[in-house]
Amino acid sequence: MTSDTVPAFPMARAAGCPFDPPPELHRLQDEAPLSRVRLWDGSTPWLVTRYAEQRSLLADPRLSADVTRPGYPFPAPGRPTGAQKLGFILMDDPEHARLRRMVTAPFAIKRVEALRPAVQKIVDDLIDDLLAGPKPVDLVEAFALPVPSLVICALLGVPYADHDLFQGHSRNLISRSVPADQRGASFRALHDYLDRLLAQKTADPGDDLLSQLVTRVQAGELERSDAAGIGVLLLVAGHETTANMIALGTLALLEHPDQLALLRDGDDPKLVAGAVEELLRYLNITHTGRRRVALDDIEIAGVTIRAGDGLILANDIGNRDPGTFTDPGTLDLTRDARRHVAFGFGVHQCLGQPLARLELQVVYSTLYRRIPTLRRAAALADIPFKHDGAVYGVYELPVTW
Amino acid sequence: MSGVRVILDQDKCVGSGQCVMTAPEVFDQRDEDGIAVLLTTAPDTGQTDVVREAAALCPALAITVRE
Repeated sequence: MTSDTVPAFPMARAAGCPFDPPPELHRLQDEAPLSRVRLWDGSTPWLVTRYAEQRSLLADPRLSADVTRPGYPFPAPGRPTGAQKLGFILMDDPEHARLRRMVTAPFAIKRVEALRPAVQKIVDDLIDDLLAGPKPVDLVEAFALPVPSLVICALLGVPYADHDLFQGHSRNLISRSVPADQRGASFRALHDYLDRLLAQKTADPGDDLLSQLVTRVQAGELERSDAAGIGVLLLVAGHETTANMIALGTLALLEHPDQLALLRDGDDPKLVAGAVEELLRYLNITHTGRRRVALDDIEIAGVTIRAGDGLILANDIGNRDPGTFTDPGTLDLTRDARRHVAFGFGVHQCLGQPLARLELQVVYSTLYRRIPTLRRAAALADIPFKHDGAVYGVYELPVTW
Repeated sequence: MSGVRVILDQDKCVGSGQCVMTAPEVFDQRDEDGIAVLLTTAPDTGQTDVVREAAALCPALAITVRE
């Protein structure tokens, strides 16, 4: 195959199918577990489309997440420099493990479960405000973004009053349509902001994650700039992803009223937990794939990945693999979808997943019960989708009731 | 009938908590860093299915189940 016949990546979704991966991805998955795609810079990394190969490769220590290695497939122009490292997600073990273990404790299952009443109160208060306010209203601005922002701010010890600052820069950071220099500026602004907060926590520590990072810095276990980098990572990842799952999940449920009814009319926590897994599988909002570079030659599925080859593991299509999920294109909240790869797989699997699950469980089990007549206030065709973002979702979701 | 034996590699564990979510009677997490700990290496036979599921869900492949 010559480079001009290699399909360009990322691919476009089909018109009128905003919840489904691009048809071209389905075609590539049908043909083979791995194929080549062409990126914006002309490079042709491997695209891994099938579930089994994705899991196997993401768990393989011969793949590196180190963004500074030659061959790493960049999603957009603007190679991150050392100063722009988004913490440990773009590092390999053992340094990755050392840094990640500094922040795993607050995300342990029981610690997160203990936050349930606080998250429930945040959700209830925001719904009270929605019901008391004007309609139609943009659900993203009034609900989907504030829920995870308030939760991650409390956990990190970031003042929510600064949300205009960090939400704006976060949006820039994960958008492919924002120019590289502007993304760089947003990263530096967030880094400086977190650094100032760390200085405040040094003088006046609190019971929060940033204060715990300050203790690590004081003990000589962590560089101050790495602490700020971890803060940026957790703040951005902590609200952007969940916010998109809340808004896009709600839109998907409004388009599947029989499924929405299961959440609205029932109150079985098991159904709710299963519904969250299925929505994660079905929507898989991290739609530009996990990125890696091979450290060694790897034989898989009849092909040889060479050391230095870039790889993109397209989890969105992996979660629609008919070899793993029966009738994968159907949103079925009652299926067992727990083996999805929406949070990735391997040592880099999402650190915040217990918190994301908790927030989504509370939201999906509360919003439609409290506002049972919730509906779109715009045509589906007029809803702006985040086709250009590293994280898929909707920019706005006008709703009424 | 005896159940399965469970082996946990804490060096591999990334603290995702999938095992605690799936088989809370067999797995817990350390307070200081969220790394998994075994509550028993020989769970009751009634736990076999969820232990296997926990091993399958573990993103770090840190759980081995032996017959």
